[in-house]
Amino acid sequence: MTATALPQIATLGRRAVIRTARQPANVVFPLIFPMLLLAVNAGGLHSATKLPGFPTSSFLAFALAVPFVQGALLATINANVEFARDIQTGFLNRLALTPVRSLVLLFGQLGGLLTIALVQAVFYLVVGLAFGVRLESGIGGAALLLVLEALIALAFAAIGSWAALRTGSTEAVQGLFPVFFVFLFLSSMNMPRNLIQTDWFRWVATVNPVSYLIEAVRSLVIEGWNWEALGLGFAVAIGMSVIGFALAAHALWNRLERT
Amino acid sequence: MDSPRQNSIEAHGLVREFKKGPRAVDGIDLRVDPGEIYGFLGPNGAGKSTTVHMLTTLLPPTAGTATVAGYDVVEDGPKVRKAIGAALQEAALDPFLTGREHLRLQTSMHGITGDERRRRSDELLTRVGLMEAADRKVKGYSGGMKRRLDLALALVHRPRILFLDEPTTGLDVQSRTALWVEVGRLAKDEGVTVFLTTQYLEEADVLADRVGIIDHGRIVAEGTPEHLKAEIACSTVEAVPANPDERGTVATVLERFGAQTTGYGPGSVAVQLTASNGNLAEIVRALDAEGVVLSQLQIHEPTLDDVFLAKTGRHLEGAGEEEVAEPEQPAEPARV
Repeated sequence: MTATALPQIATLGRRAVIRTARQPANVVFPLIFPMLLLAVNAGGLHSATKLPGFPTSSFLAFALAVPFVQGALLATINANVEFARDIQTGFLNRLALTPVRSLVLLFGQLGGLLTIALVQAVFYLVVGLAFGVRLESGIGGAALLLVLEALIALAFAAIGSWAALRTGSTEAVQGLFPVFFVFLFLSSMNMPRNLIQTDWFRWVATVNPVSYLIEAVRSLVIEGWNWEALGLGFAVAIGMSVIGFALAAHALWNRLERT
Repeated sequence: MDSPRQNSIEAHGLVREFKKGPRAVDGIDLRVDPGEIYGFLGPNGAGKSTTVHMLTTLLPPTAGTATVAGYDVVEDGPKVRKAIGAALQEAALDPFLTGREHLRLQTSMHGITGDERRRRSDELLTRVGLMEAADRKVKGYSGGMKRRLDLALALVHRPRILFLDEPTTGLDVQSRTALWVEVGRLAKDEGVTVFLTTQYLEEADVLADRVGIIDHGRIVAEGTPEHLKAEIACSTVEAVPANPDERGTVATVLERFGAQTTGYGPGSVAVQLTASNGNLAEIVRALDAEGVVLSQLQIHEPTLDDVFLAKTGRHLEGAGEEEVAEPEQPAEPARV
């Protein structure tokens, strides 16, 4: 990474943040929607905490992990739809006509998205704490939660960027994200895996990497320092990030045919 | 001190083929000298934008070679990009950023920071007349303002060579004229070499020192506008008989002086004069001898469209519409 690359990444990231901030729907929806869903689930599924073996007496605390993953997904959708639009409108070509390195374009795009995802994460955490959730891992856990959130956002963002670069189509990127939400709903988002009664659902939730992301976040909220859950969560997030980034970098290489 | 080659553009046998697509550029040879405004004229789908994409390193050629600012476009892409500025066909701007934020982004990509960035941004905003609108979001800009911002963005790093791909398409006359003035000034006062694609005859005629006419991916004519017009086209006489029934008589008379041509007003007869038959007085006498009363008689100087017509058998305007299969924008590689 050269000395000029860092300011370039910062400028591109800044642009992504400004663009998002100036579209109220892209700010409000990712903040409010996960909170509404959390409120509905916390109210409707509270009785689940009475199941033998349920890890906490507060469903709100149990489910607080979900907005972190959901928010990262929503931020990724918006950012990558905009990225695909940059390709469609020729804005990416404008940037490609400068001496900037190709990977800087990708880092800038991802950097802006990480900033947005972290702001959202702080919001979810503050709302959770305001409604009585106690963070068992303390301040250190909150910091680690933000690091994990950044990795989760990076993982989804990299895959989303790959889709945007590969197709260059806003519609295709939008079409991809319901698939992500299927992964979310087929995870342990509403029930610990060992308490899922239906065999196929338990099996799907076990092989579903999103379960491990949620469980890592959840462990920091309701358990404290569960190294196994954290290890698995970080491993999945890093693995998805690496694979996603490699795919995105390859797609960028193909997309920018510049010499 | 720049050597002459550092401001020039050269291409030899440049070809670009697309997968399952046409040969968009089919062996182009051209040379643009330092400080020259070179007009690349052709209909939609002729291969203008594809040529620009190759010369600006956005698209590798399938065959042939090209050097821009003394650098090979395939081997030295980053060096070419440092030397050139480009405003591509679509003024690709972010509607949610202001004009000043665009300049901040563009200067940063070129490694210009701090006071120099602010100074350069203000200078360019003033030059293109956008200082007052600098802090407004681009989505509120008119087409002309977007084009002027696009030009400013292409100039942030003081490029030696400027590529303008149909810079005035869709602009009103006033905006178009303002852009012509600025482009002319850049070449004349700053010695910037300008490669300008256009489908407007007038634009090429007014701005370009030399013109290359491209059709179906090949250059069919090249030279100064005056030279091209003098080489293949003579004046055209257009006559409108007062009595429409006399069009046949008028045509018979006029055909003694040249070949009939189309594309003029309804009810009129037009012939392109041959060099030896260019005497207007003789034409008037001949028509008078037949007793024809004219409501209008006009002589048209040759245009670049006449050149295009002579070289391709078609008029430039509307020529591209026949060729729906040929993409003007470089086709995206098929993916997913």
